[in-house]
Amino acid sequence: MATNIELAHATASATLAPKPTAAGVAMRFVRTKPLGAAGAVIILGMLALAVFAELLAPYDPYVGDYGLQFARPSAEHWFGTDEFGRDVLSRIMYGARIALFVGFFASFIGCTLGALLGVVSAFWGGTVDLLLERLMDILLAFPQLILALAIASILGPAVQNVVIAISIPVIPRVARVVRAAAMSVKENVYVEAVQALGASRRRVILQHIIPNVTAPYIIMVTAQLGAAILAEAALSYLGLGAAEPTPSWGLMLSGSAPSYAEKAPWIALFPGIAISLGVFGFNLFGDSLRDALDPKLRKG
Amino acid sequence: MGTYVAKRLLLIVPTLIGAAALVFVIMRVIPGDVALLIFGGEAGGQIDVQFGSWFWGILRFDFGNSLWTGRPVIEEMLVRLPLSLELATAATVVSVIIAIPLGMLAAIRQDSWVDYLVRIVSIGGLAIPSFWVGILCILMLVIFFGWGPPLEFTPPWVDPWANFQMMVWPVLTVGYRYAAVTTRMTRSTLLEVLREDYIRTAWAKGLRERAVVVRHALKNSMLPVITLVGTEFAFLIGGLVVTETVFTLNGVGRFVVDAVAHRDYPVVQALIFLIAFGFVVINLLVDLTYAWFDPRIRYR
Repeated sequence: MATNIELAHATASATLAPKPTAAGVAMRFVRTKPLGAAGAVIILGMLALAVFAELLAPYDPYVGDYGLQFARPSAEHWFGTDEFGRDVLSRIMYGARIALFVGFFASFIGCTLGALLGVVSAFWGGTVDLLLERLMDILLAFPQLILALAIASILGPAVQNVVIAISIPVIPRVARVVRAAAMSVKENVYVEAVQALGASRRRVILQHIIPNVTAPYIIMVTAQLGAAILAEAALSYLGLGAAEPTPSWGLMLSGSAPSYAEKAPWIALFPGIAISLGVFGFNLFGDSLRDALDPKLRKG
Repeated sequence: MGTYVAKRLLLIVPTLIGAAALVFVIMRVIPGDVALLIFGGEAGGQIDVQFGSWFWGILRFDFGNSLWTGRPVIEEMLVRLPLSLELATAATVVSVIIAIPLGMLAAIRQDSWVDYLVRIVSIGGLAIPSFWVGILCILMLVIFFGWGPPLEFTPPWVDPWANFQMMVWPVLTVGYRYAAVTTRMTRSTLLEVLREDYIRTAWAKGLRERAVVVRHALKNSMLPVITLVGTEFAFLIGGLVVTETVFTLNGVGRFVVDAVAHRDYPVVQALIFLIAFGFVVINLLVDLTYAWFDPRIRYR
């Protein structure tokens, strides 16, 4: 059995142990999760494109040159030009903005609302829980893309409408996961203990429940990010997302791109690569993050 | 088991009524004229009366008439259903054939190059939009073989070869994406099972790898995978919507997109409800299968 002196030493050395720096944590992540690190590099690249699109893009993405329709990829136009003579590379760079904007906002709004409903449902229990659960059941009765399609068709084609259409189907999925996590946290003895000590409901939720459901929340946000970018592309492809002449990746593939496929395959090729690479990055990163945060999947 | 079935059956009734109400409300948000066109003539007046009349119609399989063709929605849908069912079934079969061996391989060689390769291929399948895979398929067929898939749907029992020619690319397109999800699930559930004590016992008994993995681990990790194949039906529907559009297949998925494009709201309303209905029923069947296999579920 450890003596008091030993225990005191243990505590002292624990406090003296160097706290891992952000760089240290990042290096460890790169070493243990090389695929996740590759994903992070792709995300950072996409972010840089979106932020510095004005500086990096060689041409105006909205202005076409009718003398240069369907120009092949060349030194002037690396990815060629489209049917209006617009530079495909510049449109892809600006397209990163739309993809990230929709991806971040749709997954953040959907996951946050879902997480809040999940915590409320788990903590209040009773009728509130029952009603919220039935509401979530109803929303879950619709496949994600179908519900998004229905909402987008009513709201009309615009970027902010796409955010709403994609975020609503996310809510019940996250609510379910967070509710389950919050329920198991609620059962812990320490939560019972702080309640017995007279902690207010607000304090219990803010200080004990929310910090403990952050891991599933972060996992869901990263997982939904890629899915949201993909959903935006699909909706835009179907003509329900961003409207012309917005340089959205999905929109660049819709309508004319397949019909000009034989004459100018680059119009359909490069935006598809951009979508796939972006979503691939988010999925790789999210996957490794889940592996790192979920003790069940750790190797050992 | 009887009580469990009864409970689950009872639970889907409010869900379906709620789903019908939600679809109805979403469709009511549309600007005036169309709403009047759908509901004005027959019921008019109050929203609850309109909903009642629509819901009574649903119970009698009467979903109203298409604004575009003037024919009953149910008739229009039944014409398109065989194609979508064939596509869905074949894609599911293809996905399972690809996914289970790959997922197994990745799990038993966790963190080896095989695992990384399988993960990259499967995360890729999730990242690449299926409509883009479809566009690429058509591009390749047209550019390299000068061949386009036949336009008219021929049922497999009339001319199996013509049917195969038409369906093979859409099936592979949808199947690959679907396989990506199932591969990941097989990998992670098998990883969890491989860490169980009884697997360690099997190893300690000196059993060969094949016996441990196939007879002990795979069998027990298949339950969540079966559930996934069912619940990811949503993916399938989303896949059908875009894939049928890309390959101009006249199935239910494309019917939804066309109806949205034509603002044919009775059709949109009916199809979205019917898709939700199918989704709920499939989820119910999956749950029942799960409970049948795993007694712990029905006693919870």
